[in-house]
Amino acid sequence: MAAKWNEISEGMAIPELKKNCSTQQLVLWAAASGDFYQIHYDKDFAKSTGLSDIIVHGALKHAFLGQLLHDWLGGNGKIKRFGCSYRGMDYPNQDILCRGVVTRKYEENGQKLVDLEIWTENPEGNKTTPGSATVIINS
Amino acid sequence: MTQEKTPLITDEMRAHVGKESEPYTLEVDKTSIRMFARAVGHTDPIFYDEAAAKAAGYRSLVAPPGYLGTPVYNPRAGGRRGFDIGPQPSRPLTRVLNGGTDIEYFDDICAGDVLTARSHVASYEEREGSIGQMLITTTKTVYTNQDGKVVAIMTGTSIRY
Repeated sequence: MAAKWNEISEGMAIPELKKNCSTQQLVLWAAASGDFYQIHYDKDFAKSTGLSDIIVHGALKHAFLGQLLHDWLGGNGKIKRFGCSYRGMDYPNQDILCRGVVTRKYEENGQKLVDLEIWTENPEGNKTTPGSATVIINS
Repeated sequence: MTQEKTPLITDEMRAHVGKESEPYTLEVDKTSIRMFARAVGHTDPIFYDEAAAKAAGYRSLVAPPGYLGTPVYNPRAGGRRGFDIGPQPSRPLTRVLNGGTDIEYFDDICAGDVLTARSHVASYEEREGSIGQMLITTTKTVYTNQDGKVVAIMTGTSIRY
């Protein structure tokens, strides 16, 4: 199931990863990441700052995109760089679809590299977390 | 009539750009790796099972993408994570949103590693958005492991308003 160099082509979509955070998962993430800002687990607090509900941590969506890449690589490579911007809010109990498309396949300094556009999508199909990545493919 | 807003960015802040923070320590251990991996929903055993991680060629459990260790908690530091953000803007900004995260890796990070992080503000920017006057701070943090090797550089963006 691992990504294979000769099967990767520019424009190719990588397998999607669907997430849907329970409030419990957000609490787990708060503890794991050390981000205890109350907008992620205290509804009253979130509303007092003008939000409609508690929101999913941006860094958790970044980590989801990391999983998207990791699962696609399947042990046949490593993430060299991955980043994203938090453009839109995502809420618990709503699907967060993580997707990626290969934008460039090349060799540099003896490494097999692939650039990707990566993002999360909300149920309305908006890219709430657009980003990009570079991965190293072993073989 | 539009009223001219006072700029948020002060001279003191401009002078702070590029200034390296005091180093701080982050630990990467098996429990924290498992906890992070579980919170994300990872299923690959290299994040949970040391034998599986070693069979895949790693020293120990692998830090999942995005995990750069846990800062050593100091109750005397007032509960702040990591480093001090530096001089404050011309008026207090009470709300903060995470604007973005970018991590570049240079080597593996595994359980047992002790990372030293040094941060600096790369830029301050002021923007007017739907939430009003915003201060956008871009911070770079360089993570060095116990062998003195730079293993990762994180660029983070915070939006304060």
